[in-house]
Amino acid sequence: MALSPKLAVGLTLCGGIALFGLLGPLFVGDPQRVDNIGLQPPGNGHLLGTTQTGQDVFAQLAYATRGSLLIGVVVGLLAVILAAGFGIIGAYIGGWVDEGFSLFSNVMLVLPGLPLMIVISSYVQNKGIWLVAGVLALTSWAGGARVLRAVTLSLRSRDYISASRVAGEKTWRILLVELLPNLVPLLAAMFVFAVIGAILGEAGLAFIGLGAGGSWTWGTMLFWAGNGLALRLGALWWFLPPGLLITVFGAGLAMINFSIDEIINPKLRDQTRRARRRWSASKRQIAATEEATR
Amino acid sequence: MRYYLRKLAFYTVALWAALTLNFLLPRMMPGDPVDLMISKLAAKGPVSAETRRSLELLLGTKSDQPLVSQYVDYLGNLAHGDFGISVTFFPQTVSTTIAQTLPWTIALMGIATLISFAIGILLGQLAGWKRGSWLDNLIPVTTMFQAVPYFWLALVLLYLLSSVTQVFPTSGGYDVYNVTPGFNLPFLRSAAYYGTLPALTIVISSIAGWMLGMRNMMVATLSEDYIVTAEAKGLKPRRIMTTYAARNAVLPSLAGFATTLGFVVSGSIITEQVFSYPGIGMTLMSAVQNNDYALMQGVFLVITISVLGANLLVDLLYALIDPRTRARA
Repeated sequence: MALSPKLAVGLTLCGGIALFGLLGPLFVGDPQRVDNIGLQPPGNGHLLGTTQTGQDVFAQLAYATRGSLLIGVVVGLLAVILAAGFGIIGAYIGGWVDEGFSLFSNVMLVLPGLPLMIVISSYVQNKGIWLVAGVLALTSWAGGARVLRAVTLSLRSRDYISASRVAGEKTWRILLVELLPNLVPLLAAMFVFAVIGAILGEAGLAFIGLGAGGSWTWGTMLFWAGNGLALRLGALWWFLPPGLLITVFGAGLAMINFSIDEIINPKLRDQTRRARRRWSASKRQIAATEEATR
Repeated sequence: MRYYLRKLAFYTVALWAALTLNFLLPRMMPGDPVDLMISKLAAKGPVSAETRRSLELLLGTKSDQPLVSQYVDYLGNLAHGDFGISVTFFPQTVSTTIAQTLPWTIALMGIATLISFAIGILLGQLAGWKRGSWLDNLIPVTTMFQAVPYFWLALVLLYLLSSVTQVFPTSGGYDVYNVTPGFNLPFLRSAAYYGTLPALTIVISSIAGWMLGMRNMMVATLSEDYIVTAEAKGLKPRRIMTTYAARNAVLPSLAGFATTLGFVVSGSIITEQVFSYPGIGMTLMSAVQNNDYALMQGVFLVITISVLGANLLVDLLYALIDPRTRARA
């Protein structure tokens, strides 16, 4: 399949930022180093200017990118694993296990996430980055579990699953080899969604002062910028970059998600006249497809 | 009937889970929140033995009372609406503090969410109807707004519209100096003026989700046979779009409305923090900052109960709108 323009743009944006997070910290100076040139605009040895205490914004940005991406990926993986565990296994086994799992994920779904996160994290002093990731994962898997359950319920009654059951395949093998491959696009979309959610969630949590202490993320950067009255002092170079990076990264992931959606559900694919002309279809063919999609 | 009973049973279980979580969380955490709170309370005035006992029930202690009887006492206190006493707003009880701030949040978030939902559904409907039009191509752009960290967008707008151009006030819920809260016109007008910017930021950051969901459902619905039939009958395109396609396409969005309520509340906490809006989110944050565990737990419970109640309401309404839900149960 050819790379759709949406997918190409999404991959470029996300790949670029991921690369910056991976390699950036190797080339920049210490983000903590205090200097006596506070609030300097960009230029003059500091690519993005300095913070109130003279720390280099660009260096902070590189470390923050790494931290935020780490949280995003860890939370994304945990959330998908939890969602798959509760959604697929429950739906496949059925009976009271399904009832219990489904009840549990529905309860988790209706409990408001951020207040719960705030309450949990306010009881724990000195939070590490892993605790924050755990709390974020715990409050973000339930929606996915519900979707996976619905899809698994419809898959498990298909003939090929019954056939493999009759053929004596073990349950774990049916789950992993027969069921899971069909769910991969869905899981991928879920992962992408969870990564955006986690990065935004962490940023929000950090912004209100409940983020991981002593680590760099986009959220903690914004927290310090907010604390240092960056906007009121007109230090846009300090406040804008972290938010812009989150936005661009999120938009890139959303583009990737669009493309995954279009792979799962061909009905959503771009069907403008221009796109169809690009398949070098004749007028009659275009009319025919239009008739078919209507 | 069976459907309604199932729903009621589910929300009872969810409520019980929330209450129990609220009971267990402070007891599982290291440290003794009661001593912490008593010392804070004592700094502001004398602490009676009843206050101490009420706090112990709420937060759990190292007392030798078994966990089960603590749990029963805790549920009993909640049934009386006794959430304890707030440290932050001493000597006000937690219940009165919450009663003062909850209306602000409900009004702001309720209005903003309804506006966002209505506009989003309308635009999504048009985009799905004319697939490939400029509006449809705009959708990937609007998802940009969804990826913007909400508080960041709010702060940038606040900077542009309040600091640079001074169109809107920078913080607060109403003009504290010139109007008195109550049902009078100057107060309502002032509250609306102060609420516009927060509401605007909520609408901007949440509208894309509704648009996208509605657009995709619209596209799926338009390929149904009954739409072809409607076209063949020679109905006006406008009628097909609104009463044939959109009416059915909107159902998943309506069902989704219930699950987004949790996010609405979460958004509210951060909104209020940015705009210093006197709602329940601000109360929660000041409770957290002051280690005011009684207030924090009270607010958490009230938020949870509101979200559960709103969810139940949407579920019940949904069953009225879409008879298939009742049949499936």
